[in-house]
This record gives sequence, structure tokens and C-alpha cells, in this order.
Amino acid sequence: MTFYKHHLFWPFAVFVLLLVLNIFFSNNFFSITVHDGHLYGSLIDIARRAAPLILVGVGMTLVIATGGIDLSVGSVMAVSGALSCLLIGDLSDPGSVTGVLGAVAVALLLCLGLGVWNGFLVSVIGIQPIVATLILMVAGRGLAQLITGGQILNVTSAPYRVIGAGYFLALPVSVIIAVVVAIVAGLLTRRTALGLLLQSVGGSPAASRLAGIQARGLTWLVYVIAAVCAGVAGLIYSSNVSSADSNAAGNLIELDAILAVVIGGTALTGGRFSLSGTVLGAVLIETLNVTILSVGIPVEATLLFKAVVVVVLCLGQSPAFRERVLRRRTPAVATKEAVA
Amino acid sequence: MTTDTTAPDQTPASTIEGPKRQRWQPDRQHVPVIATLTLLAFMYGIGVVNYEGFDDIQVVLNIFVDGAFLLVVAVGMTFVILTGGIDLSVGAVIALTTTLGATLLHAGWPAGVVLPLLLLIGTTLGLAMGAVIHYFKVEPFIATLAGMFLARGLALLINRNSIPIDNGFWVSVAQQRIRFDKGVFISSSVIVALVVVLVAAIVLAWTRFGRCVYAIGGNADSALLMGLPVARTRIAVYGISGFCAALGGVLYSFYTLSGYSLHAQGLELDAIAAVVIGGVLLAGGSGYLFGTVLGVLVLGLIQTIITFQGTLSSWWTRIVVGVLLFAFIVLQRVVTGKRAVRQG
Repeated sequence: MTFYKHHLFWPFAVFVLLLVLNIFFSNNFFSITVHDGHLYGSLIDIARRAAPLILVGVGMTLVIATGGIDLSVGSVMAVSGALSCLLIGDLSDPGSVTGVLGAVAVALLLCLGLGVWNGFLVSVIGIQPIVATLILMVAGRGLAQLITGGQILNVTSAPYRVIGAGYFLALPVSVIIAVVVAIVAGLLTRRTALGLLLQSVGGSPAASRLAGIQARGLTWLVYVIAAVCAGVAGLIYSSNVSSADSNAAGNLIELDAILAVVIGGTALTGGRFSLSGTVLGAVLIETLNVTILSVGIPVEATLLFKAVVVVVLCLGQSPAFRERVLRRRTPAVATKEAVA
Repeated sequence: MTTDTTAPDQTPASTIEGPKRQRWQPDRQHVPVIATLTLLAFMYGIGVVNYEGFDDIQVVLNIFVDGAFLLVVAVGMTFVILTGGIDLSVGAVIALTTTLGATLLHAGWPAGVVLPLLLLIGTTLGLAMGAVIHYFKVEPFIATLAGMFLARGLALLINRNSIPIDNGFWVSVAQQRIRFDKGVFISSSVIVALVVVLVAAIVLAWTRFGRCVYAIGGNADSALLMGLPVARTRIAVYGISGFCAALGGVLYSFYTLSGYSLHAQGLELDAIAAVVIGGVLLAGGSGYLFGTVLGVLVLGLIQTIITFQGTLSSWWTRIVVGVLLFAFIVLQRVVTGKRAVRQG
């Protein structure tokens, strides 16, 4: 009887519940069909919609693992989409693969720079992460608008469209990118010492430094990773809609990403994280969105349901809540301090 | 930069402060507020020199008229941030307040019922979030995020369209102008905002509750060991923030005479930015309400300058606010030494 104590039990239970709901309310929910060699179906749809959120969530998980938070990811998404669309629009031939690759590379490089900036503020100057990234969150969207001149830039470029709307081996390219990034991050944190080091920094930066861990460098690194992940998500978003919209791109995604991380059982205080949990959290959020649509609840109520799910999940995961309300004798200390 | 910023403060504060008291210098806690005041004067000076008509007294008063609701919201946010928390729900509460208010008024409810009801709803939501944060140890960030979803979701559910307000009381209060001289006036919302600021300043500076707010922000565990009513105070600050957000929503509905579920998107960030620019430490425990007022004025002045400039587009506002935020945070860092690191 220990399976319900697993940190993924609650999110997984809600996820299954949502899928079961969908069986009753939407036709052929689980059917996956093949058209022109591409897979179609509600589940594929959910995966496609979740791809940017998974990317942003993976970066966010690593940041939160060190005890930080990154509010600027949505703005970084907007900047990356804006720059790549601007550069592709300036190409003499928007259809050239090398031109698009160049534009994508420049956009990601800028995102890397933004990550370096965030990491510098947090790790070198020592500003609280929430404040340090608030700066870029506010200014970043202005920057994106500056790049696009306040307009919505439309691009028609077949190679660029592949990133967000293309298919490779019958699977959506965006989903492949998200899964590859998640797997690489998972391997790096589980098969190397990186995950342990990050948890150590999140647990206590001072103690880690005294133990000989490069706390500052690691903290810096996670912000760079988060920004690059957000940059890729921004490319997927803008490629999918074939335009750069500085206001809509990544709007409020930082909150969804933090939500996905929290649903996945990662504590916001740092020191303990779960990448698989974040991926599940991101998929759960998108499934919730799709379910609300398919059940026929008006779209306006989406936020309401999100609020209910957040409250239920967070209370379910809160040791204090379980102790007070459920009167279950959970060893609160053990669950909270379980730093690998 | 040879010292590691993440290391705990090795030197006791007393040994730093002792010998330095030889010549006069402002109290370290006052430096951020003085810096904001200086910046405000400097920006105003730039405006007066560069733009014709900028020195008109009404330009300054208009900043108050346009920013009255933000001022009220920022006051509530100051309480929350002083305890080391954060409230992301304020913008959504404004949307809920205006939408619900407009709907009820449209349905013929008297203003005397609607107004207290709106304030009650905001306060209740705040108290509920505070209780969840305190008793169930849910992060303020997540709990108020849920509150944000809830409030904005309710607003959308009530009505997703913009609803005009034509209630007699509402319109007359909204159009009420307090005139000092020919062409020099403020709106009634400004009076409300100033009263809120005054009451809040008194509460923070001279009451037991105010001292408890600072104590929790300094160190919640110590405050608890000292026997301070941590639970009551922490829940109360979120209640105050909810009340201020609802009142801000009422002022917002005076300002626009409409209710709309998409009103005040991202306002929580403006409020947080104002608080930070005003020199309140986001880690909690340090700062003044006066700083928050200055922060709101700085944001308003940026907007005014960009309007006067004419050629600058609105997105420059965001970039300038970002740069200012950066400048002030670095200043805080320099002024407060290592205290800002790794708290909360």
C-alpha cells in the first residue's frame, strides 16, 4: 500500500480520470488514424499542444531544482519567434533550408544570451531569482515588439513550417523535439552527477560550495538551459502559426510551466525535482484543456477548472494538508527532506 | 567579485555599523526610497526641460487620476511582500470585481449593496488564499496563482463581453471632479486612494499589526518563537491585499465605467514592479509604503513621458520599466549588502 505515496500518484490519477471522462464525452478519443503517412487523433493533438509546454517545463524544472524560478520564459519565447521570423522575412528566398537554419541559429543564440543575462543576475549579482527574471519578463516582450516593430510578422517558409507543423516518420516534429529534449535532460540528470549536483545546490548553495561544488556555475547553467528551451518552444509556436505575435506568443506560459513542475511533484523550494513528473504535468494540463473542449463546457470555464485542479493537486501533495485534514500519519519530515 | 554571494553573511552586522557612524550618512534602510525620490525628480526635470506644457500642475495630478487604482492595489501588495509573500491574483480580482459589479448593477441591484458585496468577495478570496498558504504550507506563488485562475475564470464565466455601467451612483462618482483652480482637478478615486495610503501607512508604522508584518518578513520562525500572532497576521495580509484589489477594481470601474473579464491583465506585475522600484525588499521585512507610492508615480511618469514624446511606441514603456527594475534591484543589492540573497 505504498503506491499512493509515489509523487506521481495524484497527477497520474487525475490524468487517467480525464482520459476516462473523454471516453464518455468524445467519440473515437483513443483512435489514431493515418492520413498521408501522418498520425492523427485526439491523443496526437494533445501531444502536439503539449510540446512547447514540455520544453519550457523541462528548463523550468532544472531552474526550480536549484531553488530558483524563471518568469521570463514566455518573453523569451516571444523574442525567439520574433527574431527568427524577422530574419526569415529578410531572406531573398524564404524557402532555403540553410537560410532558415541560420535564422533559427541566430534566434537561439539570442535566447542563449538572454539566459546568460538571467543567470548572471542570479548567480553573480545574487538577485532573488523571481525578481531577476521579472526584469526580462517585463522588458522581453517590449524587446520582441521592438524586433517586429509592433506588428505581427507573417512568414511563408516551408522549411520553417516543418518545426512546428511538420511530420517526421509519421510523428509531429514538435513532439519529437520535445521528447528528445526531455530524454536528453533526463539522461544528463540521472546518468551523470549533474542531477545530484543540482539538487545539492537547491538544498543549500552554501553547503554545496563548501563541499567543492561549483554552485555559481551550475546556477548560471540552468538559466541558460531554461532560456534555450524557451527559445525552441518559441520557434515551435511561431512556426506553427507561421507568424510572430509578440503579445500572444508564450503569454502566461511561465505560470503553466510552473504549474506543470509543481503538479509533477517538484517542490518550489528546490533541492528535489522530477523531470518525468513535469512532462506528466504538462500533458495533464493540455489534456485538461482538451477535455474541457470535448465535454462541451464553455471555453470560459477552462480557467475555473484549472484552478480547481491546482487546488486539489497542491493540497493532495501538501504534507501539512494530509496531516491536518486526512489525519494520515505521514512522516512529513521524510517526504519534505527526501533529497536523494 | 571574489566573494561568493551565496555564502552566509560571515560578519555580524554590528561590527560593520559601529565605526562607520562617524560622519553623517542616511540610514541604509532609507537609501532606496531616497534614490527613487531622486529618480522621480530627475525624470520630472527631464520632462519639464524637453516638453512644452509638462510643468503644468495637471500633468502631475493626471498621474494620480490615471494611477489611483494601481496605487490601491500596490498598497495591498506591499503588505503581502513585506511578509515575504506574493499575490498574483490582484489583476484577476480586478477583472472579477468590474465584471460582477457591472452585471449586478445592470440587473438593477442598488449600488449600496453591490459595492460592499464586491469588497467582501475580494477580501474573502484573499483570506482563503492566506489560510491555504499558512495552514497547508502551499507556496504563496502557487496558491495565489490558483486564486488568479479562479477569479479570472469566474469573471469569464459571468460574462465574456465588456459591459457598460450606467448606474446613477457609479456614473456620478466617476464623473465627480474635485477642482482646486481653473483646469486643475483630481477625481474622487484619487481621494479614496490617498485615504487608503494614509491608513495603510499608519497601520504599518505605528500598530502592533504593522510590526508583526515586518517581523514575519524578517524571519517567520523567529516571529513565531517571539509569540507573535503569525497565523492571524499572515492570513490578514492576503485579506488586505484581496480587499485592496477589490477596491482597486471598483476604482477601475469608475475609471472605465465598464466591466470586462479581460480588464487589468498583467496588473499584478505592475504592482510588484512598483513595490520593487519603491525599495521594498521582495524577500520581505524591509521597505516603506511611501516607497511604493513613489514606485507607482515612477511608472506613471514613464507613461506620461512616452505620451509626451509621441514618437516613442508603447513597448518602450516595458523596456524602460525593465531597465529601471534592474537599476533598482542592483541598488538594493548594493545598499542592503548580502541580506537580499537567498531569503524566501
